Amino acid sequence: MNANPPENIHAESVEALIGRWRAHLRRSRVIGQGDADELEDHLREQLDVLGAAGLSGDEAFLVAVRRIGAIDALTREFAREHSERLWKQLVFADDEDSGFAGASRKTWGALSLAVAAGVAIKLPDLLGIGFDEGTFYPRNLPFFVLPFVAVYFAWDRALSRSAWIGLAAVFTVAAVTVNLFPFDPTGSDTEVLTILHLPLALWFAVGVAYAGGRWWGSDRRMDFVRFTGELLIYYVLIGLGGGVLIATTIGLFSAIGLDAEPWVERWILPCGVAGAAVVATRLVEAKQSVVENMAPVLTRVFSPMFALLLLTFVGTKLWTGRGIDMEREMLIAFDLLLVVVFGLLLYSVSARDPEAPPGPFDWIQLTLVGAALVVDLLALGAMSSRISDFGFTPNRVAALGENLVLLVNLAVSATLYVGFLRGAAPFARLAEWQTRYLYVLAGWAAVVAFVFPLVFGFA
Amino acid sequence: MSVNKDLVAASSTPLVLAILAEGDSYGYAILQRVRELSGGALEWTDGMLYPVLHRLERTGRIEARWEKAASGRRRKYYRLTDEGRAQLADEQRQWRTVDATLRRIWSDLADGAAQGFVLPSPQRS
Repeated sequence: MNANPPENIHAESVEALIGRWRAHLRRSRVIGQGDADELEDHLREQLDVLGAAGLSGDEAFLVAVRRIGAIDALTREFAREHSERLWKQLVFADDEDSGFAGASRKTWGALSLAVAAGVAIKLPDLLGIGFDEGTFYPRNLPFFVLPFVAVYFAWDRALSRSAWIGLAAVFTVAAVTVNLFPFDPTGSDTEVLTILHLPLALWFAVGVAYAGGRWWGSDRRMDFVRFTGELLIYYVLIGLGGGVLIATTIGLFSAIGLDAEPWVERWILPCGVAGAAVVATRLVEAKQSVVENMAPVLTRVFSPMFALLLLTFVGTKLWTGRGIDMEREMLIAFDLLLVVVFGLLLYSVSARDPEAPPGPFDWIQLTLVGAALVVDLLALGAMSSRISDFGFTPNRVAALGENLVLLVNLAVSATLYVGFLRGAAPFARLAEWQTRYLYVLAGWAAVVAFVFPLVFGFA
Repeated sequence: MSVNKDLVAASSTPLVLAILAEGDSYGYAILQRVRELSGGALEWTDGMLYPVLHRLERTGRIEARWEKAASGRRRKYYRLTDEGRAQLADEQRQWRTVDATLRRIWSDLADGAAQGFVLPSPQRS
């Protein structure tokens, strides 16, 4: 080191050191803003004293930092005293004791977007298109919610201009298309199918925003799967809270002889449905790194149960020799079964450490998938003989298509799982297959939403 | 001479309470006072004082307030509350008991050594 450094450069370098030390302290979330201020004041006083004793700036810094103690040890002590902070950050990760001023930029951004979504969903109603008039609202519901979630991600991930434009184009084209489709106003199956599949297809556009435009890496796709699961759980929880809020509102106002129900139905409910999606998004993002995710825990609980159910079902069917009664809705029931199994598989794959050796849970998972395949093949077999009698209505084609899409996924997954359990292939192969398959799912949803109406003449 | 960690930890609460009983203070000054009082025998890692202060604050033994120090920095000052005073009195009573007990046996040992015993006799009343 220079024996006589110019005073200002010297002072600057110590400032930089203090800044870095402080940033390091703050990285562990148990040390709050105020605590860091307090520790920094301590450090600076120590520096002054050591400086007065003749130590140079960075010598004094080394001694002072050492006296305060290793940051790890310090963090541990703070964590013991402030364990609540490990929990509190579930809600507002960067919100500190300072309250309002410290609330994070992201949270306020999300809240503004939530309000915007609430306004957006209310606007057509205010302009005279009632919530229960025709199919305007069911058809357009995704456009009052998903663009705001996408904008949140685009803003948070600082998306490039071209990505912004691309996303805007996707949403605009989709919105214009479904609103221009001349669906049969007396009741149209293809319209119902579009309403059901459009959100799914658009959800993948949100995924692109989520991945910050880097949709192609399979890690980000898996993150998006995890995010989706957590979001659903949060959304349901917020929905339950909202239900209590609504019930209380109606109850309170009826106590003074006023009927709040119309007001609740026209304001709180729609605005809440739209806004909650953005709020839930922010919550999932904020707690992402903190606690174990819920969706994988649920799959751990339910995978064995569903495996048991399916085995019992197959056993009972074989034992009693009963045939599967292929009624009209039956195929949809089997579709739902495959969706559930697919979800259980997907979320257990998303949470599994790819390096870990095969364990008992992998066998349960394979049993589940295998049993689901058997059950579905039995159903399809029962159906194939009568499929021509039913005729090819849009609903049946959609249900059959869904069944095949999921069947292929599960069949390949089962093969990959067997390969993994026999030690012939790494587990990562299965994860990769699942995330690649998202394209197929998105593609299928888009085909049902946009191509079916054309093919079946908007019937 | 240094004092073992457990003893340092155990004595930290009464020590901090007693120092604050002398008057309001802040972290760095409290540590200075500890060094002064113990002649450097009680070695604290400076940072560890703060979780202790925060625990006492949470349990209402002391109160904190932020002030601008002469240096222009924000500084957190602590003040003993009535509850803290009560706790200090209790701590004093407990430490006196420990101290008195140890003193008695120390002096017995010293007497025994003077009479040529190495260990105190179990029969001693």
